[in-house]
Amino acid sequence: MAKRLFVKGNEAVAMAALEAGCRYYFGYPITPQSDIPEYLSRELPKLGGEFIQAESEIASINMLLGASAAGVRAMTSSSSPGISLKQEGISYMAGSELPGVIVNISRSGPGLGGIDASQADYFQSVKGGGHGGYHIIVLAPASIQEMYDLTMLAFDLADIYRMPAMVLADSVVGQMKEALVANRRPEVDLPAKDWAVRGIGDCEQRVVKSLYLGDGELEAHNWRLHAKYQQLKQKETRWEGFETGDARLLVTAFGSTARIVKTAIMMAREAGLKVGLLRPITLFPFPEKALSDATRLCKKVLDIELNTGQMVEDVRLAVARDAEVYFYGRPPGAGSLPTPEELFEQIKKYY
Amino acid sequence: MRIEDFLVPFALNLVPDFKARRYMQQVFKRPVSLKDVQTHFCPGCHHGTIHRLVAEAMDTLGVQRRTIGVASVGCSVFLYGYFDIDVVEAPHGRAAAVATGVKRAKPDSFVFTYQGDGDLAAIGTAEIIHAANRGEDITVVFVNNTTYGMTGGQMAPTTLVGQKTSTSPYGRNQSKDGAPIRMAELLAQLEGVAFSARVAVNSPKNLMDAKKQIRKAFQYQVEGKGFSFIEALSSCPTNWGLNPLKANARVGSEMCDYFKLGVIKNTENL
Repeated sequence: MAKRLFVKGNEAVAMAALEAGCRYYFGYPITPQSDIPEYLSRELPKLGGEFIQAESEIASINMLLGASAAGVRAMTSSSSPGISLKQEGISYMAGSELPGVIVNISRSGPGLGGIDASQADYFQSVKGGGHGGYHIIVLAPASIQEMYDLTMLAFDLADIYRMPAMVLADSVVGQMKEALVANRRPEVDLPAKDWAVRGIGDCEQRVVKSLYLGDGELEAHNWRLHAKYQQLKQKETRWEGFETGDARLLVTAFGSTARIVKTAIMMAREAGLKVGLLRPITLFPFPEKALSDATRLCKKVLDIELNTGQMVEDVRLAVARDAEVYFYGRPPGAGSLPTPEELFEQIKKYY
Repeated sequence: MRIEDFLVPFALNLVPDFKARRYMQQVFKRPVSLKDVQTHFCPGCHHGTIHRLVAEAMDTLGVQRRTIGVASVGCSVFLYGYFDIDVVEAPHGRAAAVATGVKRAKPDSFVFTYQGDGDLAAIGTAEIIHAANRGEDITVVFVNNTTYGMTGGQMAPTTLVGQKTSTSPYGRNQSKDGAPIRMAELLAQLEGVAFSARVAVNSPKNLMDAKKQIRKAFQYQVEGKGFSFIEALSSCPTNWGLNPLKANARVGSEMCDYFKLGVIKNTENL
């Protein structure tokens, strides 16, 4: 029987990074994720790793760029406003095809906002928050176990596809404590990093860059990146179906909202309502096909988010043409986290 | 085939006396660390000369094969096209942070950045100050030509008071724009900086001194003696609206008046 630990979400992310072989972390304090740099400042030196509390989130994403270019597994973490600062660096990493893990423990916005849980960074994360038209892998944990397992997955996917990967959580999952089984790092076939800079030695020069000025070069590069994202859609989509088999109303939700939705669904089932939950785990690649399949029979979808309506747009694009999509949102801020009863009322309203 | 490839052997073959032939040797050639390509720099630009001095230092200290360069944004963006070394391209201003990541991940490599005055002294001030303050084991080559070259000659943090640029058409106004920043002195105040010097390449004397100081800066990293910084004054004939000779003269007169040449800090007395 595997040992169960009682761990805070943020620390589960940090533990998983170390288990995944990450020995380089660059970050900056911001509520509600400072536990991550604090944990790693303590543990990385014990493993001979490098921890830097950088001068800003901009500096830390660029340190990540450099370390990743040199071929090592490295990570940075922040929360919404700090993630805004990192967008240019992330665009450069995507354009230079660099792996690396960026953790966003979302807080309320826009601007300084607040520190309460939010899902209003969905657009920023999934639609390419920086310039130039790229995507990053986006994973949305809804439990401490997923904070751990999905962080390890983020490192593997980033290395396999040579692109940045984001763990998109929020202050609820970041700050709560739950049971965790600290799984060993999965055995995965990883490609060799034959593109990483190392000093030419007796070999050819390697350049990590995103500048392409030659005639036709950048267009070709962009199509190549696009093809990579199509591959991701084919192979790496992940989602959870909860009580979806006979559902007449399908709820879509991700992250901590999905936890509250599950309780509401259990209440609904007890009242005889056939309701299910389709919870995307990869927000990019989005589980389009799973939603399209589920709405062949179930024609009503209720999307619930901690924002004024973001993932709902992707839900609308994915469902069968004759499915109806409704939305219920609680934009973030103190006091705005919905109760299961409140969501049960919404389920009844649209059933 | 280049002229030097056949001139020396040709000359050797002309010398009938065996003893005399022995005394002929090639004393000047392209540094090994520089690729055999034509650069894109404007006529009279000092980047070419500074690139060469950097490459010579690399050759002398034998670090080419383990060097990772960090290119910045500006006229020097094509660093990877000119140096035969591995290179990482950094976003504008961030080279010192990128270099920090590279050197921490690969401490046995030789890591340097090459940045212009907009890149390092405007958008990159936080990154250079903190990399210097942490005493990162890297070398920073800062090329100061008092203007934003690549983008067409806008005002830079090092533009001189009264200097007209495309965004200071009436001349830099100290009360509104501040005075030019002297980065070599600013950074020297930080404990983490082991070596800081300002050089120029506008005259043979200055060039020979620049060669020496650049080699010293590199030596600091090779010997593990801490963060080293070289500020190299440069001309920009195109954006100054001066021909190469007049631009070269401006470096030696106006620029050297404000940006004093010399070694500002040399903690290990190398």
